[in-house]
Amino acid sequence: EDEMETAPKPSRDVPFKKDKLKAKRKKPRRYWEEETASDTARASSGPSCNKKRKQEFRPQRSKTAHILKKSRISKKPQVPKKHRERGNPEAQRNLSGVQDPFPGPVPVSVEVVQKFHRIDKSKKLPQSKSKTRSRLEVAEAEEEETSVKAARSELLLSEEPGFLEGEDGENTAKILQSDIMEAVDIASAAKHFDLNLRQFGPYRLNYSRTGRHLVIGGRRGHVAALDWVTKRLMCEINVMEAVRDIRFLHSEALIAVAQNRWLHIYDNQGIELHCIRRCDRVTRLEFLPFHFLLATASETGFLTYLDVSVGKIVAALNARAGRLDVMTQNPYNAIIHLGHSNGTVSLWSPAMKEPLAKILCHRGGVRALAVDSTGTYMATSGLDHQMKIFDLRGTFQPLSARTLPQGAGHLAFSQRGLLVAGMGDVVNIWARQGQASPPSLEQPYLTHRLSGPVHGLQFCPFEDVLGVGHSGGITSMLVPGAAEPNFDGLENNPYRSRKQRQEWEVKALLEKVPAELICLDPRALAEVDVISLEQAKKERIERLGYDPEAKAPFQPKPKQKGRSSTASLVKRKKKVMDEEHRDKVRQNLEQQQQHKQEKAKPLGARPSALDRFVH
Amino acid sequence: MSVNRAAKSLLALSQHEELVDLSEDYPSSHSEDEGDNDGERKHQKLLEVISSVGGKNRQKLAERSEASLKVSEFSVTSEGSGGKLVLADLLEPGKTSSSLATVKKQLNRVKSKKTVELPLNKEEVERIHREVAFNKTSQVLSKWDPIVLKNRQAEQLVFPLEKKQPAFAPIEHVLSGWKARTPLEQEIFNLLHKNKQPVTDPLLTPVEKASLKAMSLEEAKMRRAELQRARALQSYYEAKARRAKKIKSKKYHKVMKKGKAKEALKEFEHLRKVNPTAALEELEKMEKARMMERMSLKHQNSGKWAKSKAIMAKYDLEARQAMQEQLAKNKELMQKLQVVSESEEEEGGTEEVLVPDAVNEVQMNADGPNPWMFRSCTSDAKEAEIQEDPEQLPEPVAHKVSESEGDEGPVAEEEMLKELEERQSLRESSGLNQEGSQEAQDSSSQEVLFELRAPSRKRRKNHQSRKQNTSLVGTVPQVQREDSVPEEPQLLQRPERVQTLEELEKEGRFQNQELPRPVLEGQQLERNSNTQPDAPKKKKKEQMIDLQNLLTTKSPSMKSLAVPTTIEESEDKAERDQKQMIKEAFAGDDVIRDFLKEKKEAMEASKPKDVDLTLPGWGEWGGVGLKPSTKKRRRFLIKAPEGPPRKDKNLPNVIINEKRNIHAAAHQVRVLPYPFTHHQQFERTIQTPIGSTWNTQRAFQKLTTPKVVTKPGHIIKPIKAEDVGYRSSSRSDLSVIQRNSKQLSALHKKQLKKNSI
Repeated sequence: EDEMETAPKPSRDVPFKKDKLKAKRKKPRRYWEEETASDTARASSGPSCNKKRKQEFRPQRSKTAHILKKSRISKKPQVPKKHRERGNPEAQRNLSGVQDPFPGPVPVSVEVVQKFHRIDKSKKLPQSKSKTRSRLEVAEAEEEETSVKAARSELLLSEEPGFLEGEDGENTAKILQSDIMEAVDIASAAKHFDLNLRQFGPYRLNYSRTGRHLVIGGRRGHVAALDWVTKRLMCEINVMEAVRDIRFLHSEALIAVAQNRWLHIYDNQGIELHCIRRCDRVTRLEFLPFHFLLATASETGFLTYLDVSVGKIVAALNARAGRLDVMTQNPYNAIIHLGHSNGTVSLWSPAMKEPLAKILCHRGGVRALAVDSTGTYMATSGLDHQMKIFDLRGTFQPLSARTLPQGAGHLAFSQRGLLVAGMGDVVNIWARQGQASPPSLEQPYLTHRLSGPVHGLQFCPFEDVLGVGHSGGITSMLVPGAAEPNFDGLENNPYRSRKQRQEWEVKALLEKVPAELICLDPRALAEVDVISLEQAKKERIERLGYDPEAKAPFQPKPKQKGRSSTASLVKRKKKVMDEEHRDKVRQNLEQQQQHKQEKAKPLGARPSALDRFVH
Repeated sequence: MSVNRAAKSLLALSQHEELVDLSEDYPSSHSEDEGDNDGERKHQKLLEVISSVGGKNRQKLAERSEASLKVSEFSVTSEGSGGKLVLADLLEPGKTSSSLATVKKQLNRVKSKKTVELPLNKEEVERIHREVAFNKTSQVLSKWDPIVLKNRQAEQLVFPLEKKQPAFAPIEHVLSGWKARTPLEQEIFNLLHKNKQPVTDPLLTPVEKASLKAMSLEEAKMRRAELQRARALQSYYEAKARRAKKIKSKKYHKVMKKGKAKEALKEFEHLRKVNPTAALEELEKMEKARMMERMSLKHQNSGKWAKSKAIMAKYDLEARQAMQEQLAKNKELMQKLQVVSESEEEEGGTEEVLVPDAVNEVQMNADGPNPWMFRSCTSDAKEAEIQEDPEQLPEPVAHKVSESEGDEGPVAEEEMLKELEERQSLRESSGLNQEGSQEAQDSSSQEVLFELRAPSRKRRKNHQSRKQNTSLVGTVPQVQREDSVPEEPQLLQRPERVQTLEELEKEGRFQNQELPRPVLEGQQLERNSNTQPDAPKKKKKEQMIDLQNLLTTKSPSMKSLAVPTTIEESEDKAERDQKQMIKEAFAGDDVIRDFLKEKKEAMEASKPKDVDLTLPGWGEWGGVGLKPSTKKRRRFLIKAPEGPPRKDKNLPNVIINEKRNIHAAAHQVRVLPYPFTHHQQFERTIQTPIGSTWNTQRAFQKLTTPKVVTKPGHIIKPIKAEDVGYRSSSRSDLSVIQRNSKQLSALHKKQLKKNSI
C-alpha cells in the first residue's frame, strides 16, 4: 500500500528534464511529459514531436495540469460575477487596512450546481396557500444551498480521467497494449499482466467494489483471491467441482462461488463458510451491494435472492423461460436483467413475482447483457450476431445496433461508460462520444487479442483496467479513461485498512436498503401514493397474507364433566355462526331498504321551498 | 350573538317600560278607586288586629276619623283640579317669590332628567363583562403573536433562551494597557504608526466619543418630547394622506396635480435664485421626467383607460374631450424642443406644466411607510428660511392659533417634520462642535425649547415667504433647460439581446443531451403513423410490421481489426454454433409471434373485466344446450370502465407489468401532512435527499439539525417580555388583565347604556 501511495511522486518534479530527453530519442512520452510539452508548445512555437500521440493515464496527474484546469474553469462565462463587484471598497477595508482582493463567497459554476439539482422547477404546481408556499420556498432554498455546497466540494475531486488520443485521425484501436505500457508510468504499467493458467480451464473473474481485490474461478475448480495491485495472493484452493461463476460479496472477505451443484461461500482464507443448498445448479451470480442481496440464476429457471446479511432467501422467482445463464444487474436501481433463449430480456425485482418488463431484443437467444453505471443504457448481444444498445429510461427502444462477425459472448460496461465485448478470443472496447451518450459503435476504441476464447469480463472499479478471464488464464489490460478517477473514501476506499473496512461494514449494514424497495423507478418512492383506503387495506392483507383486523372465528370453550362432546361443540359453534350470518343478512336487508327509500324520496314529492321549515 | 343580545335588551327595555308605566299608573288608579278605600281601611284594621293578637303590644295608631273623600293618608290626590298635580304647583304660593323660583328651576331640572334605568339582569351583565375582558385580554396577549409565529417558523429553537450578548468591547480597549516591549514589537508598532494605523488609541474620534457620552436629563426629556411630537405629526399626516388617497374624484386629483406642479415650479424659481447649482439639478430632473413621459406610452391612447374612453367617445362628449386632451398632451410631449424666443416664453412658459418626478414619486409612495418623509428638492430653500428665523424669535406668539388654521394643514405638518429633522441634524453638529463649552450647550438647549414652543409661528412665516415667492415666480428658466436637452435617439435605443456564439452552442448541446431518438426505421414508421390522423385500423398491423422491422433491420456490420480466430474452438462448440445457426434461421418468426401473443395475453389480463349478469332461463326457454340470447346478454352486461392506457401501448417490443409493487407501496407516503393540499407540493419538499451519502458533511448537518435544542441541566423558564425586546415587565401582562376588571366599570357602563337604550 505504501508503494501505491508513493508511486505518483515522480510526476511532480521531473517534467522539464524529461522533455528534452524525449526530443532526442523519439520515444513515446510519459503522460506528464506530454502535458508539459503541450504547455510549452503553447508558449513557444510549433509541435516538437512528429508522433503526437497523447497517452494519458489516469491515476496520477501532474499538479501543473491540475492548476491549469482550475484556472480555465474560473474563466468560464457562467460564473456569476456579481459577488465580486458588490460593495464599496472602503466598507470592506478591515482593521489592518488591507482590502480583500476577492470579497464575498467563492463563485460557483452554474453548470456544476445544476448537476446537483433534484427539484424540477419547470413542473407547474397547483395553486398553493401562503403557508404551503413558504414551506416550498424553504425546500427550494435548501436544495439550492446544498447543491451549491456540493458544487463547491467538487473542488476536492482533483483527479481527472485518463484518455487515449490518436494523432490526427490515427485509429486508437491500433494502439497495442505494449504501446500503452511504454507510455505510462511504471506503477500503471504494472497493472497490465497476464496470468497463464491453462490447466484449470476458462476463468471467470470478479473485482471487489473497491477495485483492489480480484477473485478468479476456473472452470475446473480453481479458485483464487488476490490483491491484484500488489499481486499478493490471499488464498488459492481447488473446490474439486466445476465452478460456474464467482463473486465477491459486500467486502473482499467473502466470496460466493457457484459450483456444479450448490452455492458455496468462502472467506478470504479459502475456508468454506456456507453451502447454500437452496440455490442449486447456479449458473450466474450477481451481488446487489446496497441491499446485501446475492442474486442467483439457476439452470432450473429460478432467480433466487439471498440476503447475505441474515442468510435468508428473500425471494425465489420462477422465470418460466428455461435455463438461465445470462444475467446482469442495473447498478442504478438494482433490477436484475435476465436474458432468455427466446430473444427477450426480462427485468426482475424481488418484490414482484412477475417480471417488471420484458423486452424483445433479438431474434435469436440473448447471449450477453450489460447495463451501464447510470442505468441509462443496456447493451445486449444475441445469437443473431447483433449487438444493440437499448435506452432504459422508460422506452426500452434500441438506440444503435451493429452486426458483429461472430457475435459477442460477453459484455461489460465500465464506470465511465466504455463498453467491452468479448468475441471469441478478441476483446473490443467502444467509447462514448459525449458526456452522457451511449458508446458509439462506429469504431472500436481499443482491441486486444487474447490467448484463448473469453469467458469472463469486468472493468476494474477506480482503475483504468479491464480484467479478462479466458481459457488461457487471466489478462489484465489497460484501458485509459475507463474508470472513475475519484473514489469516495467513505464508501469505496481502495486503500482502507482492516479497521476501516469493519467500520464501513457496520455502517453499510445499518444503511441496508430493504429488498422490497427495488423498483424500476427508484424516485417513485418519493411520491405520494394516491390510492383509495379500500385498496390500501386490500394490499395490506395481500402483503401480510392475512387480515389483521379480522375477527377471530368463534371457538367454543370445552365444558367440564363430560358435557362437551364433539357434537355439542359443533352444535354450539354452528349456532353462533348462524346467528352471525343472520345478523349480516338483517343488516343487508336494512341497508337495501334504506337505499330504496332514499331512491323513492325524490320521486314522491317535488321539493318545495317550504321544505326547509319542515325539519 | 349580537342579534340575540339586541333582542334581549329590547325585551328588557319593554319590561322596564311596563314597570315605569305601572308606577305612573299607580297613583291615579288609587285615586280613582275610591270605593275600595273603605274596604282597604277595613283590611288595615284587620291586619292590625291580627298583629295585636300575636301577643306583642303594639302602639295603637290614632285613627283619623275625618270623613273626607279627598284626603288620604297615603297619597295626595288631585281630583278636583282635573289635570295632574305637578310638583311645582305645590310650591307655588299665593304670591310669587324669587327664592321659590330657583327651587322651581331646580325641580324642573330634576324632572327633565330621566329616571334611573333598571339594571340588566345578572347573566347579561356578566356576559358583557366577560366579553370586554376577553377582548382586552386578547388584545394584550396579541403582542405575543409575532413571537409565536417567529418561533413556529424558526429553523431551530435553542432553550434556555439566550439573551443577546452585549456588543464586544473594541480590541483597542482591551489592548490599551498593553505596551510594546521587545524590539520586534516596537518595530511592528513603528510600521503601524507609519501607516497611520490605530495602535493603542481607541478607534473612536473625539467626535464619536462625544456622541457616546450620556445625554443630560433635560436634553433627553427634550428629545423625547420632540420625538413624541414628531410621531404625532407623522400619524396626522399619514391619516391625511390616506384620506386623500382614497378620494376618487378625478377633478380633485387633477386640481391637486396642477397645484403640485405649480408649487414645484415656484420652488424651482426660488431655488434658482438661492442655489443655482441645485436649480440646475432640478431642471435636469424635470427634463428627465419629461423624457420618461415621452418614452412611456402614457399618452399614446393605448392604455386601458384610453381604450375605454375610445369606446365611449362616440356618445360621450366628455370622453371625447378627455381623449383629445390626451392626444394633445402626447403631441406636446413628442414635439421636438426648440429654442423659445423671449416673447413665446412669456406666453406659454408659465402654462406648461412639467412635473418633476419627485412630485410623482411622492404621490406614488403615498401608501408606503412614510411618504411624508420624502424629502423633496425644496429642502434647501427651507434651510435658507430657517437661517432667517432667529432674527424673528422675540415675536409675540399670541395670534398664532388663529393663523395656523385652514387648508395649509398638511403642508405645515410636513414642514414641521422637516424642521424637526433639520434641527436634529443641526443639534448634532452643534453638539459636536461645542463639546467643551457647557454654557453654549445650555443656551442651545434653551433655544430648542423655545423653538418647540413656537413652531406654528414659523409655519406662518414660511407661508408668508411662499407668498412672496409666488409673486416672484413668473419666468421659467427656459434657456437653462435648453442646455440640458439630451440627445433623444440615444435614449430611445432598445437594448438588444446579445446572443453570443457560446450561448448558441450551449443551447445546441442541451438539446443534444435530451433523449437520443431510436435510430431504427421502425420507429420512424410509427412516428409517421402517429402523424396521420386517420389510420386506426392499420395500427395493429403496423405494430406487427414494426416489430419485424425492429428485429430484422440490417445493422451495419462491424469492421473489426482483430477478427476472432475460430480455429482454437473445440469441436462441440462449432457444432453448437451450427445448431444455433439453424435455430436462428427458423426461430425468428416464432420469437416475434410468441412475444406478441404474450403481450396480448398480458393486455387482456390487465384489462378490467366486464360483469355478465345474465341468468339463463329467465324470460325464455332454458335447458341443456340453450344459450341466452345475445340481446339479453347485451342488456345485462355491465361494461367495466376503461382503465388508463398501458405504458407499453406504443412500444411494440416491450411488455411492461402494470401491477403495483405493493411491498414498495407500503413504504410510500399515503397521507399528506398538514399545510399541503396537493401531493405534488409535498413531493417537491421531499425530493432532495438529506442523508450524508448525497450531501456534504456541512449540508448534511444543516439538513438534519433538530428543531428544538435544549441544554441538559438548565432550567427552561417561560418566556418573558424582556427576552424578546418588549419594554414591559413580565408582570405587566397580569397587571393589565387585573386592571381590566377595574377599568371595566367605565367601559362596560357605556356598553350597558348602549344595550339598555
